[in-house]
Amino acid sequence: MTEYTVELNNLVKYFGRRLIFDGIDFTFSPQHVYGISGPNGSGKSTLVKIIADLISPTRGKVIHKYGGKVIDVDLIHNHLGFVSPYLFLYDEFTAEENLIHFAGIRGIKFNKERSNFLFGELNLYDRRKDLVRAYSSGMKQRLKFIFALLHEPQIIILDEPTSNLDNAGKEIAYRLITNEGKNNLVIVASNEDLDLSLCNKVIDLEKFKKQIET
Amino acid sequence: MKAYTLFKKDWQSELRTRYAINALAMFILVTISVIMFSIGSEKITEYLTGGLLWVVIFFSAMSGLSRAFVSEEERGTTMTLQLIASPSTIFSGKLIFNLILVFLMNFVITILFLVLFPSFIIKNFALFAIAFILGNIGIAVSSTIIAAIISKASSKGTLYPVLSFPILLPLILTLLELTKFSMDGNSIYSSYVEIAVLICYDVIMLTASYLLFDFIWKE
Repeated sequence: MTEYTVELNNLVKYFGRRLIFDGIDFTFSPQHVYGISGPNGSGKSTLVKIIADLISPTRGKVIHKYGGKVIDVDLIHNHLGFVSPYLFLYDEFTAEENLIHFAGIRGIKFNKERSNFLFGELNLYDRRKDLVRAYSSGMKQRLKFIFALLHEPQIIILDEPTSNLDNAGKEIAYRLITNEGKNNLVIVASNEDLDLSLCNKVIDLEKFKKQIET
Repeated sequence: MKAYTLFKKDWQSELRTRYAINALAMFILVTISVIMFSIGSEKITEYLTGGLLWVVIFFSAMSGLSRAFVSEEERGTTMTLQLIASPSTIFSGKLIFNLILVFLMNFVITILFLVLFPSFIIKNFALFAIAFILGNIGIAVSSTIIAAIISKASSKGTLYPVLSFPILLPLILTLLELTKFSMDGNSIYSSYVEIAVLICYDVIMLTASYLLFDFIWKE
């Protein structure tokens, strides 16, 4: 069990002059699966990117804490697993080579046992030595789950986790989300009812916006 | 070690895709051929060959070194790197890659100049080697940080030489001077000021790059 929390303090994001969201205050607690929903353009992906420290908010703060201690922004990537449609792996490498390189760049030893286990879980074991270029979009999506989970992160952010997945793939994704939610903090950004049904709590960005306006 | 692994990943990727190596090889081949055709049987001064050497090096750097970050941006893998490493690791890895590429590229260009241009005669090789090493470091550091800046822009191709020119100009001018001194056979001691300028340039660019990279890397 991990004590990982994320605090959003008065988050505001503008793209140019367009306001995406304003004044989001929220605390994500460990051992929970949170959903972030809202119509297209409501800022779901932007919010998860800000939480993952991939983009900066216009105003406000995101504080990651592990065991009560604030994590330095430069070290958040060590605790974070991320899956999203706009994440790409290297086409010129095999799936396994990708993971070996990523482990090395993270500065951790490549865990072959865990890698094989995850390849098995995602039904990609027989294709692990194929170039990613030869993967279908659904297989690439499964590989992103392995990429996100290989280093056993304490927070897993999934933006549209079931996009491009077939029914079997969706079932695997749901099983992984449920399992990870027992020990870690999972945040799912999606509009799919089935994805959101796994969540302990759902944040509707549109409702959030209306509350602020009233 | 993390930066070295990133360099290893880039090097393997380069060997498979040949993004930068092919661009550089073609550029070197074409420019040196054009220079040779335009000179014909004319005899050119040794100072001019020294100048041409750095012109070829400058434009070769423009054609190949921006790939370090542009290729990541074009393939959409920038976010992947952001998710696995700190900005300083990314910059160090890309810098090692560009350093290796610059040294290889400039070594080939210098050898070709020595073989193909009879008036390219270096009398003080030690001085030329010092200028070559410090110059290559300066070109690699500047090119890497400029590549990071332009990778976020929409008009990458045109912006790279435009930004590089003012940043690399003091370096190239000093290198031209030192190449002239090494052709004259001047001692290292008498070229002390120019060498100090090169060292200062490298240190300033390296420090500024590490300080700036965090802001460039994150949107």
